[in-house]
Amino acid sequence: MLNITLEKRPSDSKVMSYLSPVFAILLTLISGGLLFTTLGQDPFHALYTFFISPLTDVYGWTELGVKVAPLTLCAMGLMLCFKARIWNIGAEGQFILGGLGGGYIALELMDAEGFWVLPLVLFFGALSGLLWGALTALLKTRFGANEILTTIMLNYIALNWLLYGVHGPLKDPDGFNFPESALFSDFATLPVLSDDYRLNISIFFALFAVAVIWALMSKTLLGFQIAVLGEDKSAARFAGFKEERLIWFVLLACGALAGLAGVSEVTGSVGQLNPYISPGYGYAAIIVVFLGRMHPVGIVFASMLLALTYMGGEMAQMDLGLPKSLTGLFQGMLLFYLLACDLLISYRIVRKPAARTISSSSNPAQA
Amino acid sequence: MDFELFTNILFATLRTGTPLILIALGEMVCEKSGVLNLGQEGMVLMGAALGFIAAVVTGHAGLGIIAAILAGMMMSVLFAFLSVTLVSNQVATGLALTIFGTGLSGFLGAGYVGMAIDGIAPFPIPFLSDIPVIGKVLFSHDPLVYFSWFMFALIFWCFRSTRLGLTIRAVGENPEAANAIGIPVMKVRYGAIMFGGAMAGLAGAYLSLVYTPMWSEGMSAGRGWIALALVVFASWKAERILLGAYLFGAASIMHLVLQGLGFEASPNLLAMLPYGATIIVLVIIASDAAKAKLSTPLALGRPYRPQV
Amino acid sequence: MNQIELNNITKRYPGCIANQAVELKVDAGEIHALLGENGAGKSTLMKIIYGVVKPDEGTMRWQGEEITVKGPAHARKLGIGMVFQHFSLFETLTVAENIALSLPKEEAASLDLLKQRIIEVSEHYGMKLDPNRYVHTLSIGEQQRVEIVRCLLQDVKLLILDEPTSVLTPQEVETLFKTLHLLSDEGCSILFISHKLDEVRALCDHATILKAGQVSGHCIPKETTTEELARLMVGDDTPLTEDYKKAEGAETYLSIVDLSHQSDDPFACSLKNISLEVKAGEILGIAGVAGNGQEELLNLISGEDTSAKQSVLFANKAVGNLTPEKRRILGLGFVPEERLGRGAVPDMSLQDNALLTGYQGDLTKNGLINTNKVKAFAQNIMDKFNVKAAGIHAQAKSLSGGNLQKYIIGREILQNPKLLVCSHPTWGVDIGAAILIRHELIKLRDAGCAVLVVSEDIDELYSISDRICAICNGELSPVADTRDVSINQLGMWMAGDFHAKTTHSENNTEVDNSSTAKGAMKPC
Repeated sequence: MLNITLEKRPSDSKVMSYLSPVFAILLTLISGGLLFTTLGQDPFHALYTFFISPLTDVYGWTELGVKVAPLTLCAMGLMLCFKARIWNIGAEGQFILGGLGGGYIALELMDAEGFWVLPLVLFFGALSGLLWGALTALLKTRFGANEILTTIMLNYIALNWLLYGVHGPLKDPDGFNFPESALFSDFATLPVLSDDYRLNISIFFALFAVAVIWALMSKTLLGFQIAVLGEDKSAARFAGFKEERLIWFVLLACGALAGLAGVSEVTGSVGQLNPYISPGYGYAAIIVVFLGRMHPVGIVFASMLLALTYMGGEMAQMDLGLPKSLTGLFQGMLLFYLLACDLLISYRIVRKPAARTISSSSNPAQA
Repeated sequence: MDFELFTNILFATLRTGTPLILIALGEMVCEKSGVLNLGQEGMVLMGAALGFIAAVVTGHAGLGIIAAILAGMMMSVLFAFLSVTLVSNQVATGLALTIFGTGLSGFLGAGYVGMAIDGIAPFPIPFLSDIPVIGKVLFSHDPLVYFSWFMFALIFWCFRSTRLGLTIRAVGENPEAANAIGIPVMKVRYGAIMFGGAMAGLAGAYLSLVYTPMWSEGMSAGRGWIALALVVFASWKAERILLGAYLFGAASIMHLVLQGLGFEASPNLLAMLPYGATIIVLVIIASDAAKAKLSTPLALGRPYRPQV
Repeated sequence: MNQIELNNITKRYPGCIANQAVELKVDAGEIHALLGENGAGKSTLMKIIYGVVKPDEGTMRWQGEEITVKGPAHARKLGIGMVFQHFSLFETLTVAENIALSLPKEEAASLDLLKQRIIEVSEHYGMKLDPNRYVHTLSIGEQQRVEIVRCLLQDVKLLILDEPTSVLTPQEVETLFKTLHLLSDEGCSILFISHKLDEVRALCDHATILKAGQVSGHCIPKETTTEELARLMVGDDTPLTEDYKKAEGAETYLSIVDLSHQSDDPFACSLKNISLEVKAGEILGIAGVAGNGQEELLNLISGEDTSAKQSVLFANKAVGNLTPEKRRILGLGFVPEERLGRGAVPDMSLQDNALLTGYQGDLTKNGLINTNKVKAFAQNIMDKFNVKAAGIHAQAKSLSGGNLQKYIIGREILQNPKLLVCSHPTWGVDIGAAILIRHELIKLRDAGCAVLVVSEDIDELYSISDRICAICNGELSPVADTRDVSINQLGMWMAGDFHAKTTHSENNTEVDNSSTAKGAMKPC
């Protein structure tokens, strides 16, 4: 076997916690290159197509922004949950509910006019997501049900609810029987930043969320309580922090943010309700949080990288004829490598001490 | 509701419950050794995809089963390496496995979507399958259903009366103590995890080679997650897994039942049933806190590495 | 020829040298003590003998032949048995199942035969056990028996016991010593690890003393004075005796009135009608073996568990239903038993940990943290309590046990509490830190604070408490002036015998068999 072993560090290495994502990205790129080679593609051309070509013009960057906004919003909400060690896998369902709830209001207000329509729609979207998060909080605090499993179940329920809606009551009567709603009115559409691009004001929602939550976690007692709860439940109890209230807070906040992301998506780039309003943003956001080291700045960069994987998957499909599931593959690889490299934060690799020759001649001078 | 429909519903329940039994039994063994593997969906889908591909390429469904088991085991080894050898966060690693497995299976299976194969035929047991009602419901299934019962019996016996079962429980309760008395904790955990992977892969093969002989992305539809809930519901007891799996199986085929009773309902609303049922079950189990504490493997989910 | 001989054993860990050039020789049938303070390296040495840890240098000879112990199973095959300080038992399994796991497959094949053997062996050595009981239902003393019987079933030639008496009542210690004498008469060697000088002198034939990982001396305990032994353990600089004046409390601060508590946790102990008073300016000590309700009682005082309003009073104010932060505002300070993972968050810095209980003062305002004030507070704790660490940004888990304990106690003391509750304040802490901590507690008491100390260390309780009592099975013994309670009396209280009277003076360890509670304590 290799002559190396793991040795626990006396305290965590801060340097490694920054380097680990870098290593993970490098390893992913190398693996990706190898994968492309086995598929008969030129690895460098394929990697270029996937990671670089989407960003070669301004339009590409705005498209990145279109995806960064929902990813960042969801990820900031998830960051709060994960900091508290509440494993909320339900951002996807909260996103969908946000789109569904806000979309429903938008459809009801189809003939309404006025600047109040959009804020109302957005509010209902965030509220719907918040209520979906509240359901999880209730199940956990009142009934003790494990949130990983309940949120995943709620994701499937949310998706089926959306499908029910677009196949049934919310279906566009003039839509040739496709499972989609009518297009929302102009008053229920997010304003774009410029007529040439799809990038809309949701990017500002995202940046605002980043700023607020950053301040919350670093400067307030509430943020400190959330961090302690996540690190060490006993210590939080000992200190008198109210565990239940904190759980409710992070789940409601995340639900609202994911809901806002959902309603922004349907009133922005999608413009209606259909079965595909989320290409898995809620799940990708989980990876964003880990890759971004649960830190607001890291999360913004990680969002950009994950957004890139979506665009890269589309590019690879168009230019190289590769299946779109390449996106999920790269995302999964990234997380795997990150978790592996994270080991180096608490452990270091050392050479195994040379086989101890238990010799019969012990040096009396050393006794 | 006529008698034939009732028989058919029971028959279908057993079929639908079978993949859940396989996944849940596998994960139960894994969790009894103290490891929480949330990557079931990924392993099941890999089993389904590779099993289907192998069956198409070689023309033998049997080879597909073997390929599926190996696929599940490979994925689980990846998980074991990260969570046992590299002591990573088990929740995150399991999620990574799910996302990776989902992506990889979709990627590899892309060229096989829409293909049809013969699948594995049912094997009615001679004589027994001629018994009215019971014969159809219990003895006219495909071999994997019978196999699931066999595995249940095997695992039940293992944890009741064997040293191996005792060893696994010890590792799952107190890995430090197990290490101190000389039990090879890492080896035991690797074994338990790989067993779980094999079972998940097999369940995937069941889906793509027997249940609906075809491949499509994400075809497990959350069964891996339901199986995880099942293990909790069963308080880590094999006999309860059997019961729970069939209950969920029944919930999944509600549309048949309602049809029989003459009701019409939206397929999407009905599709919510198994997931809703899972939530209810989780709530019921969690509410008996004291009992839950005694049956959960004490070291579940806690990363451990022996200090030399 | 010695039964076992260690030469030049050295073991290094990152940041410290646990054992350095250690020599140890034990004959067949000899009871040999390994003495040393916390952190001296005793446990590491034992783990090396048992094969759990591999030495970096040095040799080991077993019955004259040089060997390498490959692991616990190999050690057991050789005839080496180990009773750990922290039991390596599986609580959800039965006694028989626990023992079966540590025996080689062939011997454990028939569970029924094994149960028979367990009953025979345990009775022969005076340590009766029921093989069908689940370990979590056993008392600590009974659990230790399982550990010992486990070794006895394997034809043990060398029995190692790591600090076995810290979890026993004085009467149970007597029983244990009888068993050990029986074993040594049968030819079994015994390696007895301890830091309790009186016990070593009563039991052991020879002693090796470790100090900071090195052998500081060998001796025959019966021919050595306690002072000489202590000097070998702690060196010349540390004061050997701490003489603290006893004090009388003033008005009552903490009142516990008829407190009963039933826990849903199957592993916990229920409390029955506890009444207690701690006065300002006194230290009240509660003795007791772990698992008798101390944890539950402390949780009810700290507020982590709540009870009837009037059952807990701070200066006559009903606080029973208040949560921790509200009790802290009223003047509570609490040092829990677990320093890493309750008293302090292991991965957070000392600075952040200062905020953990200090957040109600001027360290925060309107929900915002005043980082500069927090830094100053953390630095103040480090300076005043001599905490050695890389700085206030060092992670709590990087500190040694003693330094972290000093920090945690310092954090509470610098917040000027009116009531300080300490659980096992010097457990696992090096001698220097232990002395400083006891000194600070006395200082705090003299300044008028009410202090409650729960501990398993009877010597410590006698040293610092003004009044003393014991807890057993969730019930509290009578409380009396420390000077009026003999060790014997305390031992009986710890065993649950609250009505026994002793007829001898303080240091008498003889026991009147007809009046003591026979056997170990019953579980709650």
